[in-house]
Amino acid sequence: MATPVLDKVEAESAASPYITVTFRIRRFNPEVSDEAQWQDFRIDIDPKERVLDGLHKIKWELDGSLTFRRSCAHGICGSDAMRINGRNRLACKTLIKDINPSKPITVEPIKGLTVQKDLIVDMEPFFQAYRDVMPFLVTSGNEPTRERLQSAEDRERFDDTTKCILCAACTSSCPVFWNDGQYFGPAAIVNAHRFIFDSRDEAAEQRLEILNDKDGVWRCRTTFNCTDACPRGIEVTKAIQEVKRALITRRF
Amino acid sequence: MKIHKYDTVIVGAGGAGMRAAIESTKRSRTAVLTKLYPTRSHTGAAQGGMAAALANVEEDNWEWHTFDTVKGGDYLVDQDAAEILAKEAIDAVLDLEKMGLPFNRTPDGTIDQRRFGGHSRNHGEAPVRRSCYAADRTGHMILQTLYQNCVKEGVEFFNEFYVLDQLITEVDGVKKSAGVVAYELATGEIHVFQAKSVIYASGGTGKFFKVTSNAHTLTGDGQAACFRRGLPLEDMEFFQFHPTGIWRMGILLTEGARGEGGILRNKNGERFMEKYAPVMKDLASRDVVSRSIYTEIREGRGCGPEGDHVYLDLTHLPPEQLDAKLPDITEFARTYLGIEPYTDPIPIQPTAHYAMGGIPTNVEGEVLADNTTVVPGLYAAGEVACVSVHGANRLGTNSLLDINVFGRRSGIAAAEYAAKHDFVELPENPAERVEAQVERLRASTGKERVAALRLELQECMDANVMVFRTEQTIKTAVEKIGELRERYLNVSVQDKGRRFNTDLLEAIELGNLLDLAEVMAVSALARKESRGGHYREDYPNRDDVNFMRHTMAYREVGDDGNESIRLDYKPVVQTRYQPMERKY
Repeated sequence: MATPVLDKVEAESAASPYITVTFRIRRFNPEVSDEAQWQDFRIDIDPKERVLDGLHKIKWELDGSLTFRRSCAHGICGSDAMRINGRNRLACKTLIKDINPSKPITVEPIKGLTVQKDLIVDMEPFFQAYRDVMPFLVTSGNEPTRERLQSAEDRERFDDTTKCILCAACTSSCPVFWNDGQYFGPAAIVNAHRFIFDSRDEAAEQRLEILNDKDGVWRCRTTFNCTDACPRGIEVTKAIQEVKRALITRRF
Repeated sequence: MKIHKYDTVIVGAGGAGMRAAIESTKRSRTAVLTKLYPTRSHTGAAQGGMAAALANVEEDNWEWHTFDTVKGGDYLVDQDAAEILAKEAIDAVLDLEKMGLPFNRTPDGTIDQRRFGGHSRNHGEAPVRRSCYAADRTGHMILQTLYQNCVKEGVEFFNEFYVLDQLITEVDGVKKSAGVVAYELATGEIHVFQAKSVIYASGGTGKFFKVTSNAHTLTGDGQAACFRRGLPLEDMEFFQFHPTGIWRMGILLTEGARGEGGILRNKNGERFMEKYAPVMKDLASRDVVSRSIYTEIREGRGCGPEGDHVYLDLTHLPPEQLDAKLPDITEFARTYLGIEPYTDPIPIQPTAHYAMGGIPTNVEGEVLADNTTVVPGLYAAGEVACVSVHGANRLGTNSLLDINVFGRRSGIAAAEYAAKHDFVELPENPAERVEAQVERLRASTGKERVAALRLELQECMDANVMVFRTEQTIKTAVEKIGELRERYLNVSVQDKGRRFNTDLLEAIELGNLLDLAEVMAVSALARKESRGGHYREDYPNRDDVNFMRHTMAYREVGDDGNESIRLDYKPVVQTRYQPMERKY
């Protein structure tokens, strides 16, 4: 059994060198002030811990009023997308050692959505765009007795876009979305893609018409921010391109 | 305070809550109150699959599934409920497929199935392929599919509403559900929801352990709300420890990894499960595997400098198979441990995973006020409930099944109840208790800190009531929890505001965890036997003569105002299976 790499990992962790890290956090609480401001917190933490662990340490030991969303803490629930060192990431999927902790780590709310308190933004416009693309299977005729058949190949066709956890990291990294909140945004298009290319679905035309709108898929400027931001590794820009192509060719 | 009126109110928007909502919204005016946005629930963290005897890839039938469920639960399962679970599993999976769930497929285009712990052919002969799955993100797909269908059905959600109290009104000597009281995170406002029927689907209590696969938000809010109103909690001593959590972090690595051929090894590289479970080996039930791991560790065969974990070895599996079938968990190993599972084994240890116990219900999801009496208008489904289909130990893939089968049943039953009954009058000052609780915490200047108490609780639970228990360790836990409950009275919060006050809510959640931890420990102390997830080193055998019965714990308040827990017992429903010695 191969163990050398593991022994190295364990030897490192046995030493467990805590380091001092500065978190520079964008604070905003309209109950206190109309202005947002930066606040620094210095904590001692194992750099192999997550940014979320650092935020918890601050909240639990230094300032209980620091406010952010989180739940599963391992990149599945999509609650804790935030802008960390200028890039959208999940706080629970970002290890401190990977983001240069020798400098202050900046943490801000994701952009393009109204900040409500500290790192919490209003997610409603984001979910509304999602709901607007008919994100559900549409079929007609009598339901079969057993399951609908689908080849492994047809199932694979839309696999990438089924991974979306609706964290908004992509949409809130998109310059078009920042400038115009009316744009559906990458996440909604990804979820439309998930059904447009599902061989069982019969409403691709309707979804394509929705995305043919002036605030639809044509607004995309292919900056790839969304692909870079996606914590699930979805090729978001590619999915958007595929939707654009389907609009032209009407083949999906 | 705002008052709302709905036919049906559902508390929680995970799998059970949304499955219920899809049914009840078609039949009654329904509101779903959820402390998280709907797709944030921990259903999404479930990985390996959902059991159903579809027999798509090999011979199988629901009777074998029923037997495995009963045996897996160490015969504490109510067999009538297990039969419903296994029978309705087939339609539950097909329903999800028709709703759009992208299951993995066989070469014929049907739903693919794989092996999972404790699921066997013909009453234990050999492992069977029964788990329907979508890579290792089946829970994610179920959660997304159910939310998509909630959007389709126009289900009405109240997001980030924390339900903190269950309202009960006595009508002609019968206690009936009148509604719930909720706290709105965004504003701090308190809302009373008057409802003809209420369904709890608010999940488990796993955050009272430190090493846990559970989300931060799994704090037993539904169980606590009902328990404090005098309703019983069933079988709370039974908690599942999943064998393969990431070492120290507790993050779940699916049993599907072993279903795909993964092997557990000790520091000598030995496949130790062959000793403990000669037939099912690494796919024995979870309680058996978790105890085996800790036995290896205790006997000095654990890995690492401290010998405190074992390895999950996937290195003999082709990388293509890992990529196709286990993409998420292999990524967890890379992200959180810096380990490449193609070439290196993954350090794991058992992690607190699932509450078998909870709010007692019958098979329609109706909540019980005692061994037989139903609380009219009150329902529960999923991990918050105890039907009991999991008995003393749940089989892997049976929880995604449970939420779908009993979520659906409770949704239909609650909506039909609402159609036939009128509103029950609200008690006087319905929000009184919640207002007092919130104001006390906001005003408190006590010196105790929430995070410190929570950590002490979690460390105490890990040390004393985890995989191995004795009279002494459980007593230590009871005592410590009592002390923490006292100190909790002096807890204060730093955030005194009304807007998104998560500091305050963490304090309330800790109160729930403390109450439920005490119920668990007290229930465990009285059960002087070993069964399923409850293992007593001082009573290592199952004792069917004295303990083939469900624990029912009640909160009692004496004339002096002192609280205590009273234990009672409820018979197990046995139909076709006589208890046998459990071997894998």
